[in-house]
Amino acid sequence: MILDILSWISIGVGIFFVMAGGLGLIRLPDLFTRLHAASVADTAGAGFMLLGFMLQAGLSLVTLKLVLILVFLVFTTPTAAHALAHAALLGGVRPWTRKPKDPAP
Amino acid sequence: MRHALSLFAVLYGLWLALSGHYTPFLLAIGAVCAAFAVAVAVRMDVVDREGHPIHLGYRVPLYWGWLAVQILVSSVRVSRIVLSPRPAIDPVLETVPASQRSDLGRVIFANSITLTPGTLSTSVEAHGVEVHALTRRGMEELKSGDMDRRVSAVEGEP
Repeated sequence: MILDILSWISIGVGIFFVMAGGLGLIRLPDLFTRLHAASVADTAGAGFMLLGFMLQAGLSLVTLKLVLILVFLVFTTPTAAHALAHAALLGGVRPWTRKPKDPAP
Repeated sequence: MRHALSLFAVLYGLWLALSGHYTPFLLAIGAVCAAFAVAVAVRMDVVDREGHPIHLGYRVPLYWGWLAVQILVSSVRVSRIVLSPRPAIDPVLETVPASQRSDLGRVIFANSITLTPGTLSTSVEAHGVEVHALTRRGMEELKSGDMDRRVSAVEGEP
């Protein structure tokens, strides 16, 4: 029962972060800032959802596999994001910057 | 040799975890496959300190714990920025000094930067990592060098 509640809270938090990441993907101005938003979804979002699934699965092989998914995710997503950003810079994409006349936030 | 044995243990453990069937035939096949994969990796000369860094030892899980907290804190921060009516962003692209002595250390540092929402490594050089940050504050925090020191500590002696 307590495990169930914790698991649902964790999945709920994960959903919040995935939604925030998705919203950021639409709202932010350019490729680099959008990558920041996407990384929220695939670190905190995916992390909390997988944690919730682990609590549902209990001590079993399924949990071990969920841990492996998390490990592979943690190693591959930053590599992909780095490759994308590096390629964009090499390809001549200029990062969006705040205009000098705008007041600093 | 130590690395090859350790790699075999990891691969066979992975086989056992993912298969879930423990008949003698499948256990034997798993051992053969893991041994073959290790043999190929040894022939390719990728089983060394860099490809299979067991020398980092217990320091890695400790660092992952610290990194997980950082990821959580910056995820909340980036989420707040995204959800605010007028996103208060001020992106900057600058080079952050990196004190690691090996390529492995620099890769850990650059990947940690990218994994933390709000900062993104765009290029890895000999003595620094070029970083795109969503806010000036994120860049200042990275430049304070806390993460850099921790990664160098994980890296240990070269």
